[in-house]
Amino acid sequence: MSKSSKFDRRISRRSVLKGAAGAVGLAAGSGAITGFPYVRSADAKVLRYLGTAVNEGDEISKKCLADTGIKIEYITATTDDVTKRVITQPNSFDVLDTEYFSLKKLVPSGNIFALDAKKIKEFDNITPVFTKGQLPTGKKIGDQGTAPWKVLYLEGANSKTFSKTPTEFVTLIPTVYNADTLGIRPDLIKRPISSWTELLNPEFKGKASILNIPSIGIMDAAMVVEASGQHTYADKGNMTKAEIDLTMKIMTEAKKAGQFRAFWKDFNESVNLMASGETVIQSMWSPAVTKVRSMGIACTFQPLKEGYRSWASGFCVSKAVSGPKLDWAYEFVNWYLSGWAGAYLNRQGYYSAVLSTAKANMTADEWGYWMEGKAAVGDIKAPDGTILEKAGATRDGGSYDERMGAVACWNAVMDENDYMVRKWNEFIAA
Amino acid sequence: MMLVFSLFFLLPLLLVTIVSAWDYNEYEMIPAFSMRGYSDTFEGCIADLPNLCTILKTYLKTLKLCLLTWVLTLLIGFTVAYFLAFHVRSKTWQIVLTLLCTIPFWTSNVIRMIAWIPLLGRNGLVNRGLEGAGLIHQPLEWLLFSEFSVVLALVHLFTFFMVVPIFNSMIRIDRRLIEAAYDAGATGWQTLVNIIIPLAKPGIVIGSIFVITIVMGDFVTIGVMGGQQIASAGKIIEARLNALQFPAAAANAVILLGITILIISALTRIVDIRKEL
Repeated sequence: MSKSSKFDRRISRRSVLKGAAGAVGLAAGSGAITGFPYVRSADAKVLRYLGTAVNEGDEISKKCLADTGIKIEYITATTDDVTKRVITQPNSFDVLDTEYFSLKKLVPSGNIFALDAKKIKEFDNITPVFTKGQLPTGKKIGDQGTAPWKVLYLEGANSKTFSKTPTEFVTLIPTVYNADTLGIRPDLIKRPISSWTELLNPEFKGKASILNIPSIGIMDAAMVVEASGQHTYADKGNMTKAEIDLTMKIMTEAKKAGQFRAFWKDFNESVNLMASGETVIQSMWSPAVTKVRSMGIACTFQPLKEGYRSWASGFCVSKAVSGPKLDWAYEFVNWYLSGWAGAYLNRQGYYSAVLSTAKANMTADEWGYWMEGKAAVGDIKAPDGTILEKAGATRDGGSYDERMGAVACWNAVMDENDYMVRKWNEFIAA
Repeated sequence: MMLVFSLFFLLPLLLVTIVSAWDYNEYEMIPAFSMRGYSDTFEGCIADLPNLCTILKTYLKTLKLCLLTWVLTLLIGFTVAYFLAFHVRSKTWQIVLTLLCTIPFWTSNVIRMIAWIPLLGRNGLVNRGLEGAGLIHQPLEWLLFSEFSVVLALVHLFTFFMVVPIFNSMIRIDRRLIEAAYDAGATGWQTLVNIIIPLAKPGIVIGSIFVITIVMGDFVTIGVMGGQQIASAGKIIEARLNALQFPAAAANAVILLGITILIISALTRIVDIRKEL
């Protein structure tokens, strides 16, 4: 690249590790091309699992090995890096765990292989949130942005076109999803917060933050702009150039006025900002709120009247996967939806795609707290056994139906993505 | 040697330059000649006059941070090297103290940066201390997530890169020259300006090249310490890469490379390193 990054590379341990991981990936990938390692691996079923840290629990891989004999090797990367890797090194992984919004980039690349819905046992039991865009009760939910049901099916096995009607070729088998909102410090704000507009309220000057991932950050910004009545978007997940200009103009003015303390990019940064009191209101992810709370600091994942920004992810496989490996991939996905993993995800505050099997693996009290918005009867514990909430607590935002029913938009890749990224850079430089 | 150099340096550089002139869409690079990566980068540079466009603003900011860091690391680095070379007499102690300078490198870059937050934050040690001493009544906001904190972290991280080459030049200075200067009646200051600085020049230039090239390409430190609110040349490249816009990222890398080369060649104009070594 440039001279400067050459020096960087020389001193950074992290980049050395990254290089090594890449080399390992390449070596493993070349094995998949020739196909001959299958002979050796007949007794050891190994799947390389590429995804973000969100769903990659050690307990999940241990339980999977015990139940199915499939050994999961995690390859962990950030959302952006996962996409980059699929595009540039499709041979370096077997199973892909990624978000629906990245499909607009992944499917046209032809590097992923759609799984067959008929081979997924629980496919018919997958929540209608994914398949129809409605709650199990039948209530329609917000469809702005790259909502999963818009990109769930392909027209054919090797098609690069999304099908509007259900087919058996599924881009991503749904696994986990959630509804995101603003996190606040109730002990420092000391009054109720009910709208996205509060993010730009001068009262919190120098104490607000949003995330510096352009495609998601601009959606949060759009929620604020719309809530303040300055503009109503036809689709917050697919803005026109004029809408991008307007949104960024409002955010730039706020930035120049010193509204933001910092922007954050990674999970731990958001936890640090909130826990240290540097910020009192910011866009946040559910497990980050849980982490701040587990440090003994009051933090609320505040439900807001304009609704949530939602995301969803699922499984597919690399196009390089075939033969027995493909069978193991199906076996793994079927195991994942069979309940144990779903209960594990629900206990972290996410939602599992097949609700019925997850319910069977949770206690009635856990189900009541996480899914039905009921007060906890006993202490609520995280999957690792630490106490998250004392008896009597209720979940922020309430039940599954209340939270998912209030989704306003979904994480998205816009048609004007290129323009948006340029405008975002301008915003950071302002 | 030549093979390694061309394989791992010249070839990638050539590829980046070629790719920077390609076209791209949402998910792939299109090997067709296009200057889009460049024209997008300089978008608004003429239209927005007299206001500065994004790329100029970004580079001015990066250059400003670079200059501040360079001046400070040079002053501190020179002083530390001078102390090590001329005031510490024993070889053993010189080695021990130099090794002490490497302590900050025992932990990762990111941890070193995050460690500033409890120190400089709104409720951090410095603000608490100043408030406790009655010097201030409101926490100082500019201590963290500001240009001040960025420069502080950069100086902390990179002073060592100044110390080592300057120290290396200084211990090679023939002690008899300094004694001769004293004997000839030169003051300490005159000795420093006329003997030590000219003879330590190669070290100063090498150290400067290290610091300037690192800071020009840095985006992690500026990102974390600047609260992601300060633009840097490296950050623009990263944002483009993350959006899978490789040709645009490559174009920005080529521009950054060009500017860095200009600075370096200006420096080597002042001192011919090869001759001095």
